[in-house]
Amino acid sequence: MNRFATLFAALDGTTKTGVKTRALADYFRAAPEADRVWTIALLTGRRPRRAVTSTELHLWAAEAAGIPDWLFEESYSVVGDLAETIALLLPPAEATADLGLDAAIRGLIRLTGQPVEARRAAVLATWGQLPATERFLYNKLLTGGFRMGVAQGLLTRALSLATGVEEATLAHRLMGDWDPASTRFSALIDGDAGGDARPFPFALASPLEAGAETLGQPEDWLAEWKWDGIRGQLIARPGTFALWSRGEELVTDRFPEFGPLADFLPPGTVIDAEVLAWDQAANRPLPFAALQRRIGRKTVPKALLAEAPARLLAYDLLEDGGTDIRDRPLSQRRARLEAIIAALPPSLSPSLSPGLPLTLSPSLTFQTWESLARIRATAREHEAEGVMLKRATSPYFTGRKRGDWWKWKLDPYTVDAVLLYAQAGHGRRANLFTDFTFGVRDGNDLVPFTKAYSGLTDAEFGEITRWVQRHTLERYGPVRKVPAELVFEIGFEGIQESPRHKSGIALRFPRMLRWRRDKGVAEIDTLASLRALLRAAD
Amino acid sequence: MADPVLTFTDRGIFCPAGGFHIDPWRPVPRALITHGHSDHARPGMGSYLATHQALPVIRRRLGPITAEGIAYGEVRPIGGARVSFHPAGHVPGSAQIRVEVAGEVWVVSGDYKTEPDGLAEAFQPVTCHSFITECTFGLPVFRWQPQPQVMASIADWWQANAAAGKMSILGAYSFGKAQRLLAGLPDLGPILTHGAVEDMTEVLRAQGYRLPATIRATADTSAKTHPGALVIAPPSALGSAWANRLGPAEAAFVSGWMAVRGIRRRRALGTGFVLSDHADWAGLDAAITATGAERVFVTHGYTAPFRRWLESRGYDAGIVETRFTGDDPDDTPPDLPPDATHEAAPDTATNAAADGGAA
Ligand SMILES: [Zn+2]
Ligand SMILES: [Zn+2]
Repeated sequence: MNRFATLFAALDGTTKTGVKTRALADYFRAAPEADRVWTIALLTGRRPRRAVTSTELHLWAAEAAGIPDWLFEESYSVVGDLAETIALLLPPAEATADLGLDAAIRGLIRLTGQPVEARRAAVLATWGQLPATERFLYNKLLTGGFRMGVAQGLLTRALSLATGVEEATLAHRLMGDWDPASTRFSALIDGDAGGDARPFPFALASPLEAGAETLGQPEDWLAEWKWDGIRGQLIARPGTFALWSRGEELVTDRFPEFGPLADFLPPGTVIDAEVLAWDQAANRPLPFAALQRRIGRKTVPKALLAEAPARLLAYDLLEDGGTDIRDRPLSQRRARLEAIIAALPPSLSPSLSPGLPLTLSPSLTFQTWESLARIRATAREHEAEGVMLKRATSPYFTGRKRGDWWKWKLDPYTVDAVLLYAQAGHGRRANLFTDFTFGVRDGNDLVPFTKAYSGLTDAEFGEITRWVQRHTLERYGPVRKVPAELVFEIGFEGIQESPRHKSGIALRFPRMLRWRRDKGVAEIDTLASLRALLRAAD
Repeated sequence: MADPVLTFTDRGIFCPAGGFHIDPWRPVPRALITHGHSDHARPGMGSYLATHQALPVIRRRLGPITAEGIAYGEVRPIGGARVSFHPAGHVPGSAQIRVEVAGEVWVVSGDYKTEPDGLAEAFQPVTCHSFITECTFGLPVFRWQPQPQVMASIADWWQANAAAGKMSILGAYSFGKAQRLLAGLPDLGPILTHGAVEDMTEVLRAQGYRLPATIRATADTSAKTHPGALVIAPPSALGSAWANRLGPAEAAFVSGWMAVRGIRRRRALGTGFVLSDHADWAGLDAAITATGAERVFVTHGYTAPFRRWLESRGYDAGIVETRFTGDDPDDTPPDLPPDATHEAAPDTATNAAADGGAA
């Protein structure tokens, strides 16, 4: 892990994007191929399953260091990071061996499920042969709390520099269900990994801060509701049927009502859509809370299927007859999408869902920006959050590109942020973690920008509390640092500049609107978008 | 029952038989001083006694004082006590103070480190019944690498920066650490010093400590006039206007606390070198064992866990509270809770409710 340790030191020692990109690109040129694959996997959140628990590590390390448990605890509370505490406590390695990243991770994979004595012996043996920094990284692999301050964009840029393959192409090729243990670097880069169900990177809209009239001619734009569900990508290819959430999670089995679509969609169809819980009688979405009941469940009881049936509202067509059509103008893609949906029979499987589980997200007709503003004002009545504006000529781009796609929300003051620190509440909630500090992305970093205390149910707070307890990375008195994984939608009443805070902004009355289980940290908002709100608020 | 040899008062450690204090923090008639750091040598004492080697720095810092020097190992009767000073290896002139009353021996360690650094008089264990030891780094996570290894990595860093056309700024405490770096680093180019560092360096050089030539950094010195130079400055100067004026440079902090990544990151410096003038865990253990003491008082650092550790090993152990303010960055425990809570922007409206949060 020598080379990997050097890479880590380079990434850890700087906040400069350029330096990070170069370090990563150099690594991708020189490191052994198998190590490169694991590095990409780690940086895209594909972690090996945990082979040992924190408690076991704790125990074995104290034993190996020859110190009592309480002294281990004292040390941990000063260092604040389990992996590092262990690396510092263990006696220096007697003879060091160069254990490659690939070999280290494969060793860990072999350990899963083995009896405790075998796992203990293997971990102690590895500790005994690694120098301190590598030991720290090995422990990070063991504890699974890896963060190297590398955003997806930086990763694809570095890979692009190292391989000469275009960034957007790479972003697509890194998606999907590829297993780092059996994927070759060349296959990953050439696009042969990821499987038949590999999704395309989602195109994302930017918040529209200025008025719509700044966008030019209304006839150049398509408008539709901004639905309050979860974004999904439906893949129907020969022999493959899959639904991906925006967080690159396969959720196919959670929505059995979509299953019959596999038999009815033309082979080689990929659709960008919103998953909603649907009120059949009123023919409109159910509130988000209904969908929320579905998201967390891997298997769905019959009753829930009836109470909160899911529907896909299709936005866009990305693949048509097996051809990637993302470069074609939206108006053309949309026409093909309408044709495909129109060709579906009126009902696919009445037992699973009475109507069609896939319909078009309707276009909103408007002649002037004023008329669209009036339509937008009625969004709540349609269970929508606002309207989306997409340029009719726009391609389906990779990630977020300002200019072609805008979300024009009813309530401008919401932001998706990631939980960074948690603290127990007071009084009735003293045994729950309810006081949260949230961060948004700033380049490759996550910047804390607000705290919020309210807005979730006790059940949700309970679930998060258990998660915090299992995933604490560092402890500072009552404050727990957690991996940046849980995403929340934060609503607030106002925003102002605040030089006192590192983020440079302060929110008025922030609250958690909801836990976005469907979103990953890659999808949170940026400090730049918050600053844009600041300007708009002036 | 007779008075103990040393007692612990609100002015500091006191010897009833000799009528003197050791490193007191409030004015007393007679003060014995272990070394010149300002958390040990404080102004306002009636008289001062310190090693000949420590006095020049103490005088320089405190101005006109009534003070007397003593040689290492020289035994001096003070009242009913016999007192001697022994090398502590912490900084030039630093001492442990041995106090003997009616055959019972107590030793006050002051600050110390066990590894010889090539500049400070090397630590010597002193046999005693009761040992009052510092434990700044009294946790097993603190384990220092041998000095030559650390100096080599600093030298590599300096060379790499110079090759990239940058200066190298080291943040190091101006008395002790700064001169240890000067004495321990190879000659790779010019060395500039911040005024605070240069003042102390001049004092030590005049005493005969072997230190390389240095250049006092002024408004006229910069990366242009001294390309590839090393700059040694107090930690507080890092990232300041003073440092920015020098031109393109890399900065690094030199301290025992740099062993912990979280602290390193909180200081917002990419680089940190782990080099301390205090004993590490193994050093504390070795020093305590070498005294042969049965009773150990701990002070200055992770006192609670360290005392518990000593008790578990059969020592009669206690804690001495200190009023150390510590301007030696190695002395000062890291700022916890960290920026985690400081940084987090408590919103203006709910600020008042966030009593537990913003520490
Ligand atoms: Zn000192
Ligand atoms: Zn001190």
